[in-house]
Amino acid sequence: MAGEGWRRLPLTKDHPLQRRVTFDNRLLPYLLLAPQVAVTLVFFIWPAANAIWQSVHLQDAFGIRSEFVWFENFTNVLGDPNYLDTLKVTVVFSLAVTVLAMGLALLLAVLADSKIKGARAYKTLLIWPYALAPAVAAVLWMFIFNPDIGSFGRALRALGYDWDYRLNGGQALTMVIMAASWKQVSYNFIFFLAGLQAIPRSVMEAASIDGAGPVRRFWTITFPLLSPTTFFLLVVDMVYAFFETFGTIHALTQGGPGKATETLIFRVYQDGVVNNDLGGSSAQSVILMVIVIALTAVQFRFVERKVHYS
Amino acid sequence: MKPTRFIDLLPHIVLIVGVLIFAYPIYVTLIGSTWDSGTIGRGGLPLWPGGQGLTNYAQAWVGEAGDRAMYTPVRTMMLNSLVMALSIALGKIAISILSAYAVAFFRFPLRMAFFWLIFITLMLPVEVRIIPTYKVVADLGLINSYAGLAIPLIASATATLLFRQFFLTIPDELLEAAKIDGAGPVRFFIDVVLPLSRTNIAALFVILFIYGWNQYLWPLLVTSSGDMETIVTGITKMIGTGESANDWHIIMATTVLAMLPPVAVVVFMQRWFVKGLVDSEK
Amino acid sequence: MATVEIRNVRKSYGPVEAIKGIDIAIQDGEFLVLLGPSGCGKSTLLRMVAGLEGITGGEIAIGGRVVNHLDPKDRDIAMVFQNYALYPHMTVFDNMAYGLKIRGIPKAEIRARVDKAATILELGRFLDRRPSQLSGGQRQRVAMGRAIVREPAAFLFDEPLSNLDAKLRTQMRVEIKRLQDRLGITSLYVTHDQVEAMTLADRILVMNHGVAEQIGTPLEVYQRPASLFVAGFIGSPPMNVLDGRIDDRGEAVLLPGGQRLALPQPRPTDAGRPVKLGIRPEHMAVAAEGLSGGFSIEVELVEALGADTVVYGRLPDGESLLVRMAGIPTVRERDRLTVTPQGGALHLFDAVTGRRVE
Repeated sequence: MAGEGWRRLPLTKDHPLQRRVTFDNRLLPYLLLAPQVAVTLVFFIWPAANAIWQSVHLQDAFGIRSEFVWFENFTNVLGDPNYLDTLKVTVVFSLAVTVLAMGLALLLAVLADSKIKGARAYKTLLIWPYALAPAVAAVLWMFIFNPDIGSFGRALRALGYDWDYRLNGGQALTMVIMAASWKQVSYNFIFFLAGLQAIPRSVMEAASIDGAGPVRRFWTITFPLLSPTTFFLLVVDMVYAFFETFGTIHALTQGGPGKATETLIFRVYQDGVVNNDLGGSSAQSVILMVIVIALTAVQFRFVERKVHYS
Repeated sequence: MKPTRFIDLLPHIVLIVGVLIFAYPIYVTLIGSTWDSGTIGRGGLPLWPGGQGLTNYAQAWVGEAGDRAMYTPVRTMMLNSLVMALSIALGKIAISILSAYAVAFFRFPLRMAFFWLIFITLMLPVEVRIIPTYKVVADLGLINSYAGLAIPLIASATATLLFRQFFLTIPDELLEAAKIDGAGPVRFFIDVVLPLSRTNIAALFVILFIYGWNQYLWPLLVTSSGDMETIVTGITKMIGTGESANDWHIIMATTVLAMLPPVAVVVFMQRWFVKGLVDSEK
Repeated sequence: MATVEIRNVRKSYGPVEAIKGIDIAIQDGEFLVLLGPSGCGKSTLLRMVAGLEGITGGEIAIGGRVVNHLDPKDRDIAMVFQNYALYPHMTVFDNMAYGLKIRGIPKAEIRARVDKAATILELGRFLDRRPSQLSGGQRQRVAMGRAIVREPAAFLFDEPLSNLDAKLRTQMRVEIKRLQDRLGITSLYVTHDQVEAMTLADRILVMNHGVAEQIGTPLEVYQRPASLFVAGFIGSPPMNVLDGRIDDRGEAVLLPGGQRLALPQPRPTDAGRPVKLGIRPEHMAVAAEGLSGGFSIEVELVEALGADTVVYGRLPDGESLLVRMAGIPTVRERDRLTVTPQGGALHLFDAVTGRRVE
């Protein structure tokens, strides 16, 4: 969920599930749980169950009768070459956003963490884009790269390059990738910085006494010690690119031109809201749920492993 | 003093370039919001502020018709976004701290079942259950209402798990001392747990306020009237297809206003913001 | 102020019995110390009195009223915890006042009670501070203050001094004793530190494996330990224990090394009985060479403590023997010497049950 940072699982083994001492009221705990459970049931569990139910049914044109069709909706969705194109776009988009956002953030974090003057000021100036909505980030990029009004957009055209992301699919994809990564760098930066600050100075000092230069120190000491953070951000960024960039794409390209920037999440919206295809959209929702659950499971396994070996 | 070498300056250069990459689009928008739409539309936006600033912001704020269209006033959209963001942030904090208190401080049948029920919501972001959630909200008659905007987003496993984790660090003896002092569960919650959770609440508030303010897909679905427009979705509706003939001056002023609250929260509450972010990921 | 009666109290966790039937009546104003090694059940017993643990069997009465099913707040007790359990976000004043506020006591009286306690505990200057701004000793005092202002029927102390450093611990021990003398409130005090027990207690209840090994005044416990366990737990360095047998006429104890120690009174009925013989290190004295009935030891180690000296000796049959002598050392390692028990200092215990043989 956008910006709420919901990925890292707090169920590591060093946290007991229960306190030793508790209160012994019978009714009170249920009352305390009631609001959250009500919201969860009504707006999470019921809709999700509904999506699953819809995904194996086919409704007639009037929405009156529905028929159980096993996996027909799924085979339709997965058999649709358009859907596979969308999947391909999503993979390219997600990988590019993840690599760009992480790479740039790591570079900046390593520099800002070193003992240079003004490190604090740099930090403040680099973390605030976290506050921007993905859609707003997209709008800002449009102000600059719009071929008519944007300074860079016009500059590209003046240089003789045929720049118009509204017509050229490749350029459109580049544009949403840039805008989406730009927005995500600050999040990665904050976590890389926290990770770097958690590395004991003594380890780095020992390495320099051993004669390792800065670059070697980075690749042999810093980078391996950062790996939990890196892995965590990898999953977070993938999820961000999959789900939270809806606003970026909606604001910049509406999935176009053609379907050049249509990601899975954009398509669910397109099929369900715009084209009103409930069965197909639900099947896609279920596929997305499976992806989220898979990502969560990956993270779970990783947390387990970390607990075992640390 | 040693002569300054290029290699020593390199980190500064890279960092400054980084800062510029993030600052430049904002700068352009700020400048743009002080010129007229013609200047922007022609693509001739200078790098210095123009004289239209006050007019543009006033126009955007009250929703005065631009050169080409009528827009929802920014003050309405800001109010809607503010109500949505505050409802989501405070709502999530309230229901999460209560349920975390139940799970952490009581032993009762089905405790773990409830815990897992809340935990599952981690795997169901709004984006994967759009249509059926929309249907539930529509059936409840909550389309175009603040309740419809906020309530479906306020169940939060993250906040619940964060509070629960914090509650597990409160020493057992503190609870026992309170029992001997005569405090029951309600008093203990109000007198001890809430004050001790202050920093956690503040940190979480910053994160959740930004989360709420920046919602996009959900407001797009459940609001259809201009009165209920939130500012983030409002901007993209103003832009439309992004033709050059647009009320760019109003759009840019609106964008600046849309960024203002969350950016202010991050900059002024930086300490809590970073803590909130890093803690909620533990 | 009140009596606290514990009648055949038991506690089980599933099949495990942690407290196996404890009986004791604590007098009004008495200071009872629950002493024992960790895991012996002493804290559990205290927490049962407080109402923080359920009671599996038996009865607890405070001030003549059975409290088995009362909540802690209704038992009229106050407790001082090992880690103090102060509310970190409240000032010293509020920490002490909290329980009174909940009970709806008028503000003016709260003020008066807290001020009085603060004066007694010399906390007056700190009333506006938070616990994090106090030293360990000061926090300890606030925890006591919180108990005092309640004016309860009984104080319960759960190892209150064990988080303090040695010097502060001694100082606070004296303060607790003075305070209890002054307030005269019935107190139960859990500790594993025998010095605290000996100095503070009117009576000590020595616990082991959920059983009361002995209940008695500090001197009774020291002079007439009821069991080998008590004998070993009280006294430092611990009592020497040797295998032996009462001779056929019941007049002396025979040791494997051939020594023969005369009994103060003949015990003809115990003639021939195998026993454990206990002698405190401080009840040994160096004797003239070759005296009969003495132990001949080789000195292995000498610990000079200043006021006295502990000698680690080895008997010819390999058993070790500790001797504590007054003053600075007069012997050196590898010296040979003969030591004898001082009159009346022999403790006999049953070789099988470990109970004292009177």
